[in-house]
Amino acid sequence: MSYLNIQNLWKEYGDQIVLEQINNKVEKGDFVTIVGASGCGKTTFLKMLLGTETPSRGQILLDGQPIASEPNEERGIVFQRYSVFPHMTVLENVMLSRELESSPILGRLFGKQKKQAAEDAKQMIELVGLSHALNKYPHELSGGMQQRLALAQSLIKKPRILLLDEPFGALDPGIRTDMHQLVLKLWKEHQLTIFMITHDIKEGFFLGTRLWVFDKDRFDPQAPNAYGAKITYDLPVGDIDKETYQQIDQSLTPSEPEIAEAS
Amino acid sequence: MKKLINLQPSKPVRVLLGLLPFIILLLLYIGASDARLADNPNDKLLPSLNSFVEAIDRMAFTADKRSGGYLFWQDSYSSLKRLFTGVGISAALALSLGVLMGAIPFFRAKLSPLVTAISLIPPMAILPILFIIFGLGEFSKVVLIVIGIAPFITRDVLQRVQEIPSEQIIKAQTLGANTWQIILRVILPQIMPRLLAAVRLSLGAAWLFLIAAEAIAATDGLGYRIFLVRRYLSMDVILPYVAWITLLAFIIDYLIRLASAKLYPWFHSQEN
Repeated sequence: MSYLNIQNLWKEYGDQIVLEQINNKVEKGDFVTIVGASGCGKTTFLKMLLGTETPSRGQILLDGQPIASEPNEERGIVFQRYSVFPHMTVLENVMLSRELESSPILGRLFGKQKKQAAEDAKQMIELVGLSHALNKYPHELSGGMQQRLALAQSLIKKPRILLLDEPFGALDPGIRTDMHQLVLKLWKEHQLTIFMITHDIKEGFFLGTRLWVFDKDRFDPQAPNAYGAKITYDLPVGDIDKETYQQIDQSLTPSEPEIAEAS
Repeated sequence: MKKLINLQPSKPVRVLLGLLPFIILLLLYIGASDARLADNPNDKLLPSLNSFVEAIDRMAFTADKRSGGYLFWQDSYSSLKRLFTGVGISAALALSLGVLMGAIPFFRAKLSPLVTAISLIPPMAILPILFIIFGLGEFSKVVLIVIGIAPFITRDVLQRVQEIPSEQIIKAQTLGANTWQIILRVILPQIMPRLLAAVRLSLGAAWLFLIAAEAIAATDGLGYRIFLVRRYLSMDVILPYVAWITLLAFIIDYLIRLASAKLYPWFHSQEN
């Protein structure tokens, strides 16, 4: 039995078919990077994993159980923006999940328990390299530091799946490289199962163990919404020939009919 | 020489420029008052500064012959009590309703049209109804303030709650938060500084409703006094009272702003 089992997944909004016939299996410890042209449904797919969208047909099984249809602590998420709480300091942000777990009514800890939670949080903060900014608020941090904080905040909860929605899309290239190192380190140390959406195909090849490409393999110019996207490539990253790389790269640039329509 | 648009006044110059209009107004008043009093020493319309001092002394520092109290301070106390009760109830009501409607779709669907409709009723038009139902006592004055400003603050709070990025709400759920915890730890703390801002904005309206209610039916209060002495053309009492109300309004506004900046530093540094 696989860790995560995606069975005949469809998503449609009225007449518009976004995703069709997604079947796949993911093992514990896999790092799946997802690329695809904008509007191809990769974010919809991530939202179904997260639980904010429900599949029209089919299901996703986690350890044999259908995943919950609302976000919960099984799945961690880091968005491109707004992932951290602006009214809490770095330490408070990372301590939050423990406080929520141990104090259902007040959502806050005091005394000894609070100290313990703070100790654990500090270790996680150290791991992402934010120890110097414990008592700063997110607006005092750079974009890269905010994403480090968001990662620490999610990881301390030990999610079974970690979802990353273009987490480095808004960062400068230099900082992005640092973040790649950090994600790889965390992935190895915590044996995480990660799904990561990215616009940057190089990032997709560099990170992760598998690369998924979302694309429509059938296209009707008269009815652009008639067919949904599928996973057209599922590649073990590392051994890939140049030809396939170029093919994927091409499939990500806007297709011909759209250009004709625009002009 | 720089262009005019790039010239910044230095700090003392700025203070002086800010005071200048007040000084000019004061001089104009003194001039006009002197001219009228020279014409007719009994003129009541523009009293001299001396008679202001006498009036303030009479109202604030001399016991009233009939009641034995100090009218000015009694009036201030009664008015402020009504104002704070009304504004406090409004803020509490608006916060609970606004957060509930903003956070929970079921409440939003049920209550939002009602709040919108109530906020469109001109509060002064239903003042007679309040007097009929609740009598002429303290309660109807407080209710008028609440009806006047609570819908506005509620709508503002609702909007601010909806402005919180959905990413944060989802993130909180992935950290294990339930609905109550999301409201308590994510929504409420972020709404508080915005609530204070809305309260500051609605203070002007609160004063308006307070003075109107006091003018119509009361036995003390700043608004009551102004409308009472109007019968004797006592400008020497009215003008100091108006200045005092203005000063009170300014101080309250300043204190709320200060409290907000102290309590929610993350909010105010974000704004800049």
